[in-house]
Amino acid sequence: MSDCWTLKLLFHHGTVPPETYSLLNVSPFCHCTFCCLDCTAPFAHQHLLVGPAFHHPAHRIIAFDELRTDFKNPIDQGNPARARERLKNIERICCLLRKLVVPEYSIHGLFCLMFLCAAEWVTLGLNIPLLFYHLWRYFHRPADGSEVMYDAVSIMNADILNYCQKESWCKLAFYLLSFFYYLYSMVYTLVSF
Amino acid sequence: MSAPAGSPHPAASARIPPKFGGAAASGAAASAGPGSAPHQQNGPAQNQMQVPSGYGLHHQNYVAPSGHYSQGPGKMISLPLDTQCGDYYSALYTVPTQNVTPSTANQQPGAQQMYSRGPPAPHIVGSTPGSFQGAASSASHLHTSASQPYSSFVNHYNSPAMYSANTSVASQGFPSTCGHYAMSTVSNTAYPSVSYPSLPAGDTYGQMFTSQNAPTVRPVKDNSFSGQNTAVSHPSPLPPPPSQQHHQQQSLSGYNTLTWSAPGLPSTQDNLIRNHTGSLAIVNNNPTVTDSLSCPVMQNVQSPKSSPVVSTILSGSSSTRTPPTANHPVEPVTSVTQPSELLQQKGVDSSSTTSSASPMPNSYDALEGGSYPDMLSSSASSPAPDPAHEPDPAPAPAPASAPAPALPQPSKMAKPFGYGYPALQPGYQNATAPLTSGVQPSNPVYSGFQQYPQHYPGVNQLSSSLGGLSLQSSPQPESLRPVNLTQERNVLPMTPVWAPVPNLNADLKKLNCSPDSFRCTLTNIPQTQALLNKAKLPLGLLLHPFRDLTQLPVITSNTIVRCRSCRTYINPFVSFIDQRRWKCNLCYRVNDVPEEFMYNPLTRSYGEPHKRPEVQNSTVEFIASSDYMLRPPQPAVYLFVLDVSHNAVEAGYLTILCQSLLENLDKLPGDSRTRIGFMTFDSTIHFYNLQEGLSQPQMLIVSDIDDVFLPTPDSLLVNLYESKELIKDLLNALPNMFTNTRETHSALGPALQAAFKLMSPTGGRVSVFQTQLPSLGAGLLQSREDPNQRSSTKVVQHLGPATDFYKKLALDCSGQQTAVDLFLLSSQYSDLASLACMSKYSAGCIYYYPSFHSTHNPSQAEKLQKDLKRYLTRKIGFEAVMRIRCTKGLSMHTFHGNFFVRSTDLLSLANINPDAGFAVQLSIEESLTDTSLVCFQTALLYTSSKGERRIRVHTLCLPVVNSLADVYAGVDVQAAICLLANMAVDRSISSSLSDARDALVNAVVDSLSAYGSTVSNLQHSALMAPSSLKLFPLYVLALLKQVAFYTLLSLIMYLKFSDMYMKKGNLDCCFLILN
Repeated sequence: MSDCWTLKLLFHHGTVPPETYSLLNVSPFCHCTFCCLDCTAPFAHQHLLVGPAFHHPAHRIIAFDELRTDFKNPIDQGNPARARERLKNIERICCLLRKLVVPEYSIHGLFCLMFLCAAEWVTLGLNIPLLFYHLWRYFHRPADGSEVMYDAVSIMNADILNYCQKESWCKLAFYLLSFFYYLYSMVYTLVSF
Repeated sequence: MSAPAGSPHPAASARIPPKFGGAAASGAAASAGPGSAPHQQNGPAQNQMQVPSGYGLHHQNYVAPSGHYSQGPGKMISLPLDTQCGDYYSALYTVPTQNVTPSTANQQPGAQQMYSRGPPAPHIVGSTPGSFQGAASSASHLHTSASQPYSSFVNHYNSPAMYSANTSVASQGFPSTCGHYAMSTVSNTAYPSVSYPSLPAGDTYGQMFTSQNAPTVRPVKDNSFSGQNTAVSHPSPLPPPPSQQHHQQQSLSGYNTLTWSAPGLPSTQDNLIRNHTGSLAIVNNNPTVTDSLSCPVMQNVQSPKSSPVVSTILSGSSSTRTPPTANHPVEPVTSVTQPSELLQQKGVDSSSTTSSASPMPNSYDALEGGSYPDMLSSSASSPAPDPAHEPDPAPAPAPASAPAPALPQPSKMAKPFGYGYPALQPGYQNATAPLTSGVQPSNPVYSGFQQYPQHYPGVNQLSSSLGGLSLQSSPQPESLRPVNLTQERNVLPMTPVWAPVPNLNADLKKLNCSPDSFRCTLTNIPQTQALLNKAKLPLGLLLHPFRDLTQLPVITSNTIVRCRSCRTYINPFVSFIDQRRWKCNLCYRVNDVPEEFMYNPLTRSYGEPHKRPEVQNSTVEFIASSDYMLRPPQPAVYLFVLDVSHNAVEAGYLTILCQSLLENLDKLPGDSRTRIGFMTFDSTIHFYNLQEGLSQPQMLIVSDIDDVFLPTPDSLLVNLYESKELIKDLLNALPNMFTNTRETHSALGPALQAAFKLMSPTGGRVSVFQTQLPSLGAGLLQSREDPNQRSSTKVVQHLGPATDFYKKLALDCSGQQTAVDLFLLSSQYSDLASLACMSKYSAGCIYYYPSFHSTHNPSQAEKLQKDLKRYLTRKIGFEAVMRIRCTKGLSMHTFHGNFFVRSTDLLSLANINPDAGFAVQLSIEESLTDTSLVCFQTALLYTSSKGERRIRVHTLCLPVVNSLADVYAGVDVQAAICLLANMAVDRSISSSLSDARDALVNAVVDSLSAYGSTVSNLQHSALMAPSSLKLFPLYVLALLKQVAFYTLLSLIMYLKFSDMYMKKGNLDCCFLILN
């Protein structure tokens, strides 16, 4: 369902490069299972894995944009008849966002674990800050516990929305850079064999 | 008008008392509603802030007076108007002369700054002149109050004429003449096209009398309030110093008039007193009258716009005080009508403000005016004079004779906010003949005034849009005067503190929105975020969008003129490029003026778009066309969900509730479509079939709480009028139906689900009465309180909800335009933190009555009674949304209050009530260097209880400054503290209480140290603060002692926390805290 929605959104939005489409259809789960099979060439797997990881922030950015502009009723938001529709929309988006949190964090955790196993200390060092950030974010969530973050009632506060959006952009950049770094490292490792 | 005068306003009572009462009291405050507004709605809306506590007590008083108001020219009025007018003028003018010089007195620490909040100076004998001025000024200002807009209009243009004759000199601000009053009342007539609910069409002048009367009346009300307030707020009234000045007064009236001298009265005050003596004497004759006079002080705060002179006058008047005991004469009360009730009744109408309440306008003005302390004090006193006149017109001259030897004092000049009142507005010149005649007598006195212009040479120059600070004329504005907090003793003023007035030019100032409904923490907006960061002050808005207004222009127009790009409603601060085009003040787009807008219904002329009411008033209400609705406006629907478990029956709230409902059934806001329903629950859910035609109510019990269904969906919500008898039967029977119940469980969650199902087709209001922790079905809660932790001082836990059931339910309700109001009457732990979610996100309100018991705890029972009365009869708006727009470059983040944030600038409010307050934090995203003014506009689109779709628009305009000193000069401490309180509450929930406390302390430390480091010439050893900020530390200290941030008990913490929630956006918050 989430992918379907995302595709629709992407199509509607038109700002995301077509490459992402393929990524969307590959579930992170497949990657995880696949990579766990082979621990000898961590970079290769990171390379594969970073794709999905990197789709999360991209996805999120789009979702925030959707939240902010409300494509369905950009103008007529004041209408009471739209209230329910809009509210449901916000709740649904928040729900989707929340669903992506744990996969993303676990994939990143897996990276770190694999780097640790492979004794790639430099790479691990690069990822550690983000790991701690994820841990902090995960355990620093609203008290009622049912929702990890992206709470429908507060997400529309501009400061929270801005923060989340910035966070997503930063992560996107980080994953993108890591992607090329892993690519380079993988090639370098292969060549040096 | 306010026939029901007898009924007191429950809500009003809530405010102040809480402090005294302690925790319970705070709960009461909460009950008033999220907003602090309750008072306002009552007739004396203007007073709201100060008055609150008094309300409950004085109900009786209010009632009696009502007659006068309605009549317009009451008995009192009958007095020879001309003479009065003459008196007024003379008084006014004479005063000013003195005042001008004394202005410096204000600077003196004690006296001036105390404005008013306080009830402290409850009984000012009332300088007659002052009152007028206040009123007049108020008229001139644009105020939300219904009367004002129009009145102001009139005033500006028409009334001024009167003045013009007298005082070209006085231009600044003395609109106060009798004429003003009249104007306000009259003004209504002026706009034919506009729909004024109750406009007395009359000649402007003829009405003048009435208008005058009105002010007089009001004061009385105020008095009653003030009397109470004073008692409360100021435990220790100043001892009445036997001032020579007051001889006359004392002899005449039994009252001892106290001078404010304590803080250091300027000699000028003496002069003033003398001036007033005439009036005072009169007052003495009628003790009641005097009371009224004294009271007004609070309310009649002068509009900021008024010239400094006026303010001084006021202070003078204020200086005389009657001892509190004397203050409360019962008699006067009777004469005065209660405005509040009127309002409430009208409230039913909702948006359409009652133009009829002539007295009200004044009060509003007063509110607005409040900004300058000096001004304020003076204004407060002003109302009093009127009453005096009534009894005895003659005395007025005496004041005139009063010595003009005013001491020339620079201080007034200093005030930063645009004292510069440009020459009289053109409109003034147009004076109509009749008033002038009245004025003439005063002229001689007037001459004294001429000094005035000399004093303020620079004033006129300031008029530019920026309204340059008056700094030119004086070295330093009053609000910037450094105060050494470690040495200055009497920091806390004895009088109420009023909102500062933005330093705009006089025209804009008059047009600006009332601080009661719209307020910014910084009245001078810094140009850049860097500057704001340097100042370390919070920037935000406080809103009371639906506050009861006494006068409100309602505009019925086929086309609502809005900016085409940002959808801003046309407002007084747009600029007309030419006849056919206007430039949006928020996004700067140039728009066309539609053809229809060219016709001015007021003047019935064509081609004057800038004189349309929309452009003359910063608070207006539009009747929305069908473009603004996708479905027909919903009817008013009320559902009561009542806990009838053993615990609830034991507490005995049902009797009180049913009684209140029976009494107010006819006053519930609504039209012929109004629907009402009842549900009760313990471990099962009981529905009541009230369908018309039944011989008696049928009770339907649903025991399947896991899968709740509606037994007869059609007949549970019934038309109030068609089934009234059945409803009454039910209400009479309900208290006794469950007396023998043994059921101790409470299935609140399923009951709410059923209520949601019942309400979802229409939307409306659900009132939930709960007395214990929900223990069955969905949404059941466990006690999270650990008895062993109760005494722990370290961490208050469980401020967040334990389950998201209530939040989700609230969101569902919000989506169906249903608001859930929670009345928690609990004697035990009931986890308000979780339950509150149901109201918080559905835009409801929370009332909390700790340890409620109808007989064992009569104070709580009484409070419930009052709150219920207010709750049931106040105005209500359904399916509302509120959008806040601000000038390009500013952006809003973080909203505080009860609502669902539907978009970054759009709040979804299933219900809106006059007590609801909101706070918004702002940031400056782009530099504002290319603009000198910023504007904020809130548009509240709602369905009135009469089924009309309406849009209420408030617009606030503030200047942009680029120096740190100006930023500090424009701080509105009360608004700032209110915003901080809101932020702290949210912080304590999201993080921890100690965090919130630290944040509060840091806010003060940062801002004061930032000030200290920017002001070079100060000794660094001292704790310096600008005068505008000198109360900041005190307020924060008070806030820290507020139960919400102070208590050690987690249970109580919830209460307090809820209390704070209620106070969100409450402008009076700080005042309350001080007590």
